[in-house]
Amino acid sequence: MLKIKQITSLLAVVAVLFGFATETFAAKKSKTLKNTIKQGFVKCGVSQGLPGFSNADASGNWTGVDVDVCRAVAAAVLGDANKVKFTPLSAKERFTALTSGEIDVLSRNTTWTLSRDADIGLTFVGVNFYDGQGFMVRKNSGMTSVNDFKDGISACTNIGTTTELNMRDFFNSKGISYEPVAFEKADEVVAAYDAGRCDTYTTDKSGLAAQRTKMSNPDDHIVLPETISKEPLGPVVRQGDAVWEDIVRWSLNTMIEAEEYGINSGNADSLKTSDNPAVKRIVGAEGEMGAALGLDNDWSLRIIKQVGNYGESYKRNIADTGILPDRGPNEIWTNGGLLYTPPAR
Amino acid sequence: MNAKLKKIIPQLLTLTFVALVFGFFSYNAQLNMENRGISFGYGFLSQESSFDVQFSLIEYDGSHSYFRAYLVGLLNTILVSVIGIIFATIIGVIVGIARLSTNLLINKAAAYYVEFFRNIPLLLQIFFWYFAALRALPLPENAEPIFGVIFLTIKGLFIPAFVWNNLDIFLYSLLAAIISIIVIRSYANRLREKHGKQIPFLYISLGLIIILPLLTFLMGGVTLSFEIPELVQLAKTSFRFNGGLGLPPELIALTLALALYTATFIAECVRAGIQGVSKGQKEAAASIGLTPNQVLKLVIMPQALRIIIPPTTNQYLNLTKNSSLAAAIAYPDLVLVFAGTALMQTGRAIEIVSITMLTYLTLSVSISVLMNWYNKKIAIKEK
Repeated sequence: MLKIKQITSLLAVVAVLFGFATETFAAKKSKTLKNTIKQGFVKCGVSQGLPGFSNADASGNWTGVDVDVCRAVAAAVLGDANKVKFTPLSAKERFTALTSGEIDVLSRNTTWTLSRDADIGLTFVGVNFYDGQGFMVRKNSGMTSVNDFKDGISACTNIGTTTELNMRDFFNSKGISYEPVAFEKADEVVAAYDAGRCDTYTTDKSGLAAQRTKMSNPDDHIVLPETISKEPLGPVVRQGDAVWEDIVRWSLNTMIEAEEYGINSGNADSLKTSDNPAVKRIVGAEGEMGAALGLDNDWSLRIIKQVGNYGESYKRNIADTGILPDRGPNEIWTNGGLLYTPPAR
Repeated sequence: MNAKLKKIIPQLLTLTFVALVFGFFSYNAQLNMENRGISFGYGFLSQESSFDVQFSLIEYDGSHSYFRAYLVGLLNTILVSVIGIIFATIIGVIVGIARLSTNLLINKAAAYYVEFFRNIPLLLQIFFWYFAALRALPLPENAEPIFGVIFLTIKGLFIPAFVWNNLDIFLYSLLAAIISIIVIRSYANRLREKHGKQIPFLYISLGLIIILPLLTFLMGGVTLSFEIPELVQLAKTSFRFNGGLGLPPELIALTLALALYTATFIAECVRAGIQGVSKGQKEAAASIGLTPNQVLKLVIMPQALRIIIPPTTNQYLNLTKNSSLAAAIAYPDLVLVFAGTALMQTGRAIEIVSITMLTYLTLSVSISVLMNWYNKKIAIKEK
């Protein structure tokens, strides 16, 4: 019976596999997983438009590295990377949307901090982008370093982010008085800075690089070299659903580990017969990696085939779009970067 | 007894129902928060806020508590509401009267103003005034001084700050002037009512309020000097003004938008109030020889006010509540500072939103009570 369906249509395979998956212990325990399978899409919270991370084009297609995390989860759980419902959220709304159940994964360039992780009912599952806060200034201002900042400088930024806190720490430690101009939405920050309301615009450096592309004349602005904070950005889930947490964590880990072992969307199928058992485990040809997560054994293969490995996602969304061609710390550890995942075994 | 019971039972049932619904939801909320590991409490209010605010009426920085941040936001909301209400009332009264003018140009201009501004969403108007102003205003280094001392730039309006010596003596003299004006006024009223004699009350009061404080400068040791804003250079092409009094462009844009928008509604209230006074009143007043100005001031307006005040109260409430749109253009009002940044930094959504709601409720009720008191004062006193 199973075999016949497998031959007839790919869709049916997926459906049957879920039928099987929901029987496992993990699936029974995870309300989020059960609901996701029932409704047929992953509920994913993203930004209101940050090129390279989560941005919708004119026809409503979402792209970006944060978007790809949700797509990976959808590929793993539902078999189709397109079965994601994206909800654009402001920095202010994001955590409430997650804790109230409006979304099940928050993948919105969100900084992992102790108080967020411990205090407000959230769990960070990993880091998909290592970032740090920086400053953008107008090129013709002659400022080339934060040491050129003087008393009374006005700084545009977003409310509701760690940015506001870091900014205060930074200016206080330098003993410089400043005027914070904080907007609710990023678009207004950019518009106000672009108009000349502020001398500098501060947020995560990836954000600065992305927003620079929205300025009326991007070449008139530079990002100063200094980084004033650690901003590990990563996907977040609700506290209390350990299985769902593991699924999101390992969906992200799969993308990173796949790059480490040179597995990409093009060669994943052929690597099923690889000599390296670690590679075979990632493409689902060895071991029973899916069962513990309440998934079938091809979950990780689907992620790599449909979404690609981390490097492909980075290249497609951030490097090729000219936002941050240099991967910096977001390189696999074997290439001198910070991306290091526990082994999938 | 039976009839009384009949009245009470449905009310009791309704009350129980409301209490049950409320209880159900608060129980659910509690349960959900517990399940998600969220604690509830107002203890965070005394914690250090660790974020700065652009513009504050009281001393504040990130080392103060969240409660202090709440006060900063509240005061900024009150500030923009009060200024907005004053300007909206002035513009509204002028435009309302202008709409009744027999001069076609004035009449039509007022009508177009009302139709234009009240039919565009307020948020758009706020964005317009903010971003249009930002684009239109000069950078600090290019600002042309107004009267040599006032600078209107993209970074705000900078005016000279007053530096007082013996300010208290000056204030006492002002107080004395006001008290004597009140005394003279009641004397003038009695004189008019008893003997039909008019004294030039207006000139006397004007003289008092100018001459008394002026005397303190000459004899009381009061001095006043101005601190004029100065241009300082931050970087090669980056300037700002230091010293003096700086009003952020966010405050100016928000006040402008709120005042111009609300004034249209007040203008309509004023027009309705004046038109609501019967024509006979005006004709009767004119027939006993009152000038048109006197007719408006002594006969029409006192009666019109009774019609104008209640709907205008609503507009004042609307303006206060609409000021929460400030968050869109970075004016640090209650919503931006407290229900925005503070909410995000603490994650205490239920606590902060409930405090914010209660605060707006209190503000609105206070305005309402004040206006009702005024309305009662000017209402017809039946003898």
